[in-house]
Parts: sequence; C-alpha cells; structure tokens
Amino acid sequence: MTATVPPKAPTFLGLPTAPRGVGHLRGDQSFPDAARGALRDGQLRANLGHATSTIRGKRARVVAEVPDWEQLRAAGKALKAATMARLDEHLEELERQVTARGGVVHWARDANEANEIVTRLVLATGAPEVVKVKSMATQEIGLNEALEAAGLDVFETDLAELIVQLGEDKPSHILVPAIHKNRAEIREIFARTIPGVDPGLTDDPRRLAMAARQHLRERFLRARVAVSGANFGVAETGTLTVVESEGNGRMCLTLPETLITVMGIEKVVPTWRDLEVFLQLLPRSSTGERMNPYTSTWAGVTPGDGPQEFHLVLLDNGRTAVLADEVGREALHCIRCSACLNVCPVYERAGGHSYGSVYPGPIGAILSPQLTGVEDNASLPYASSLCGACFEVCPVAIDIPSILVHLRAEHVEAQQKPTAEGVAFKALARAMSHPRLWHLAQRAAGLGRLLSRGRPTLPNVLPPPVSGWTRSRDLPTPPRKTFVEQWTEEHGR
Amino acid sequence: MKVALFATCLVDTVQPQVAMATARLLQRLGHEVVVPRDQACCGQMHVNTGYRREAVGIVANHVRAFAGAEAIVAPSGSCVASIHHQQADVARRAGDEELARAAEELAGRTYELSQFLVDVLGVTDVGAYYPHRVTYHPTCHSLRLLEVGDRPYQLLRAVRGLELVELPGAEQCCGFGGTFAVKNADTSTAMLTDKMANVLSTHAEVCTAGDASCLLHIGGGLSRLRAGTRTVHLAEILASTEEAVTPDQQTAPSVPA
Repeated sequence: MTATVPPKAPTFLGLPTAPRGVGHLRGDQSFPDAARGALRDGQLRANLGHATSTIRGKRARVVAEVPDWEQLRAAGKALKAATMARLDEHLEELERQVTARGGVVHWARDANEANEIVTRLVLATGAPEVVKVKSMATQEIGLNEALEAAGLDVFETDLAELIVQLGEDKPSHILVPAIHKNRAEIREIFARTIPGVDPGLTDDPRRLAMAARQHLRERFLRARVAVSGANFGVAETGTLTVVESEGNGRMCLTLPETLITVMGIEKVVPTWRDLEVFLQLLPRSSTGERMNPYTSTWAGVTPGDGPQEFHLVLLDNGRTAVLADEVGREALHCIRCSACLNVCPVYERAGGHSYGSVYPGPIGAILSPQLTGVEDNASLPYASSLCGACFEVCPVAIDIPSILVHLRAEHVEAQQKPTAEGVAFKALARAMSHPRLWHLAQRAAGLGRLLSRGRPTLPNVLPPPVSGWTRSRDLPTPPRKTFVEQWTEEHGR
Repeated sequence: MKVALFATCLVDTVQPQVAMATARLLQRLGHEVVVPRDQACCGQMHVNTGYRREAVGIVANHVRAFAGAEAIVAPSGSCVASIHHQQADVARRAGDEELARAAEELAGRTYELSQFLVDVLGVTDVGAYYPHRVTYHPTCHSLRLLEVGDRPYQLLRAVRGLELVELPGAEQCCGFGGTFAVKNADTSTAMLTDKMANVLSTHAEVCTAGDASCLLHIGGGLSRLRAGTRTVHLAEILASTEEAVTPDQQTAPSVPA
C-alpha cells in the first residue's frame, strides 16, 4: 500500500476515524475555495440545474401518490434507530447467518484493512481483473486504486460509474456519479476511450447506452470475480441486497465464480420484513420510480447456482466513531437515496466535487466530517444555508440541519488556540448578554453610517469579513437611532 | 392584549422601521405594545455558527428581558424558530435545566407576526392599504421550521390596493443563511442571483417576506443591480394605511400594473 502513515491518527470522540492518505473522504481544498471554481463553470451549473430539477419533480410526483408516506418515513427512522442501538448484536447475527450459508465474513477496521482483504481475496483467485457493481463503500475506501496498485484491472459496470472511470474523473453524486456531464460530454469520453467504438457515435442516449452495453457485455461474460456493495444486509437470514436500475448488478452478482461484497456496518437491518419499509422508501426517493427495475438478494452460496465463493467484508472506517456521537449518529441512518442532494440549493450550484468527498451534498456535509473527524473536513458543516429542504425530503427523516449546526459547534470547540472569529463571537456574546454593553455595541455599529457620507448604502469596498457581503450586496446605512432607543424616547420605559 | 415586542437584534440595530411598523400595526388593532428595553438577541447567529456555549448568556438575557410577558411577537420567522427549537437545547446542553425550562415556557408564548395575527388574534384583514404590485418570498425557516403556510398570503390578499403576484421557485432558499452569506459568499451569491432573477421576472415593485435578514440579502443584491424592485418587510405593508404609509414612500404605484 502507498498510504502514508499520519503522525497522529485522526479521532472523533476518542474513537479511530477513517485513516488519512487512503480513499476519497477528504478534498484538497476547503468547500468555499472549491465552490468558487465550480461556480464559474457555466456548463456545470446548467447540467446540474437541469438534472436536479428533473429528478426533484419525479420524486415529488411519486412520493405524493403514497398516502402513508409520513408513516413510512417514521417507520424507516424508527427501524434505523432501533438497529443502531444494538448494532453489535445484529452484526454478529449477520455473521453467523452468512457463515451458516457458506459465506465467509471479514471484519475491516478501516479503509486500509478492507483494501488489503479484498486485494488478497482477488489475488488468491488468480483472476487478472474484477467487474464492479456501483458501490459507495468501495468508492469511499479507494478500492479501485488499491486493486490497480496490485496489478489488477478494475471495470466499473454501472453506466454513470463507467463514464466517470473512462473519463478519469471523480463521482459527483451518490446516485448519478456523472450528473455533472451532459450527453455531448459523454459522447466525447466514449469516442475517445472505448476500444473499437463506432466512429459515427452520436449523443443520442440510446446509442450511448448501446455502446456502453457492448463494451461491458464482453467483460461480464469473462469475469471470474465481482466486487459489490450492499444496500441492506438482513441479519436474521444472512441475506445481502443490491437495488439497481440497469441490470449490470444482476450480471455481476450471478455470473462470476467469486463474489466479494463490501458493506458498511450501518447497512444491517434485523429482519427480512424490514425490507418492506426500505424498498418502498428508497426507489421513490432516489430515482423517483415506484419500484427499481432490479432487486437482487442472496445469502451465502447455492451449489450450482451463482458464485460458488462468497465473501462479506464488514467495514467500519469511522462508523463506530459516528455512532458514539448522540446527535450525529443519525447520519448512519442514511440509505444513500440522494434525495437531499437533488433538493439542495447549495449542491445544485456548487456541484458534488466541491465537497471533496464521495459523499457530497447535505448528507455528505454531515457524514464525511464525522467519518474523518471534524477537523479533517471542517468547512463542510458550514456548506449549507440551513434552509431545511434536505430534512423535508429525507426518507428516514434525518435532521440534517440540526446535525450541521452540532458539527459546527464540535469544530469551534475543538480549537486549541483562539481564532479571530472566536474572539469576535465571544465579545459579541458578552455584549448580547448584558443590555448596557449591548447598547454601547449598537451605538458603535451605528457609527458605521459615517462611512456612507449621507448616501443610503455603505461603500462597496469594506475590509474582511464584511467584504464577503459587500462584494455582491449593498448594505444599508445604519440608522441614527435603534428601534428600542426611538421607542423609549417616545414612550418612556 | 398586552403584547411584548421582540424587535430582534438585526431589526433593532439596522432596520428599526420594521419593528416600528410591527408596533404601529398591533396598536392599530387595539393592543397594548410594550418594548422591553433589555432585549438583545435570540442567540441564533451564535448557535448556527458553532458558538452554542457562548449563546447561553444570550438566551439567559432574552429570558430575563421578556420574563412575565403575556405574549411575545417578533417580525422574524427565523428568530422565532430559534426560540422554539434551539434556545432550550442550548441551555440544557450547558447543564442549565432551569434556564431550559424558562426558555421553553417563554417559547410557548412567542409568535411570529403572521402566526400571531392569524392564529392568536384571528384576523386576516388588518385594514391595510398598499397600492403596489408585490411578490412574496416564503423564507425557509418560516416555511419549514414554523410552517406558517399560507398565513402571509391570507394577510396580503386582504390588503386593499395590493396586487399579489406569484414568485416562481418561491420555496428555493435565497442564499442568506446567516454567516453562510459571508463564509460561503460565492455560493450564497449564486443562490441570490437565481432568486433575484425570479423576483424580477414578476415585475413586482416590491418583494416582501417575514424575515428582515433574508430581505437585507435580497434587497442588497437588488440595490447593487440598480433594479427598480425593493424589499419591504411584511410588517411594513400591513402597517400601511391610506392615512399613514410606511416607510416613506408614495402611495401611488410607481409602475402601472
């Protein structure tokens, strides 16, 4: 492995978090810096605006036709909360059931361990390549890079994931990793990278899909090893579940001899019946469909049918640390539908890459900083106007705005040395706690009117941090007297 | 009824005309208005920026300033939402159960203006006159945290002379978000750009809302564009009558509808 060993392992609430130097949970830039670049990309803004508003509309229509949607949401939330409260027991039950049905369970503390386990398992089969089902967990740990470093070829088989891989790009959305690309851009990537592609390829969606299908079909048929993630793992039956739209997952889960599934430990559900709730919530929230085209379930191995060797890698990578936070642990309830991304006004404009993590958008802004430790992703909890649209659509009712606010406080409280902002906020808090000081502070603010020299607005050029406001917005000249002063003069006390 | 007016720190300091309009409106409806002199802030800006420990003193001051009030009204959905959903949590987390209970008790008697008018006073026609073309932006915290619903629309529809035009994409955030507007100024401005485009597409003379903070942001952007559309708080519209128009403005529409 090429991972550099950090001088001090990151922790959150004293528990180990996702290690540095491996995987895709941290960006190179802070959110405001990355967003500044993305916001200048007019094509990106257009692509995202079009795609998110389309999927928002689809979701709203299919959710509105379910009369008991709120009850379903409440059930989803309650099931997740109950599962997390006894996560250890459910995971051990899952291990027992998978083992009893001929599978092998591996426990991976973090990304490095998970990558080592999967690489070792693939190398042991002697296969030179693996086909992959779209999976957030393997994106999170950087499995493709690890397998490639071991000399293996890795083929993503989900259409959007394939576009990202062929374009040497990064995913920018949980459900639609290539949402930032339009058809013309996809045609260009395919024409450049798919061997033997029809030179007359156009940007017609059907032609593009057929080109990808032909490219992938060959790989499915010769694949000996597949790697997948899991949407759910049922403890009582040892059943793993993948839901998808394209059928590529079904190919990967049934054709190869060996199947390796990497599953985050929070994906366990206690009973088969629990799927009733989640399989209703997920497709409507995610793709805006009543039902997803393919739902694959399997337990262990079945002689003569499907893969004859099955490995389940249970991944922590910071999840236990998230679970330890009483407020933040709700982030583990996420079923990766991406409805919150599609309604988020910040995501729609800044795009997924600005978040620097494979988990973008509102859920990413609460999940990534907890998986890595808040200080490694300190700008993400602030990447929200707290408008609350995410909470409104979340199928398991995760109160994302409250967790964002909580993580902001965790960041502030983690500072060892005083910051300029901290000093200012402390001084302001003192003033706002003592009326006499507050009236003095208001009088000082009112003196700002002198800068206006009689004009109705303050000058456009003011020093930071006010410049952040005045670069694009006028500030009205402060009044001579506050309301309370005016009122007290008129009415006495 | 004796109503204690919580101006909010922002309105008190930079937009006093909004609190004055709220007071005049409530007086016109026959209620006694008191303005506790020791009021400052609800603490929301501190809490939402990560300074929840520092906010405890602010919450304590707020609870002291309004202790004993029969009903408290504020011309801000966001501040009232913070009083309802954050103050007690902040106190409780700091281990001050007594303050938490006092804050909860006070929150039960604290109302956003449109909720107070429609739900408590039971009025939708407040006798206002405002001969302008107006569009309404439902601010996020009024919409999603307080769920004021169509109350502001009911109030606006009853205003004589007012032509209410629908705002496209009304429920999208304007991009203010408190310190977000400065910490993520570029993204905030991108959101504002789209909000302004929608506001301007209505050809309204005035964009109104129940939060002075969001209006400061939208209005600041419109002013920078030298756009003809201004922002006016809902309270100012409801306080306007044939006899007394607030703020200082012509009663005749500047643009024929």
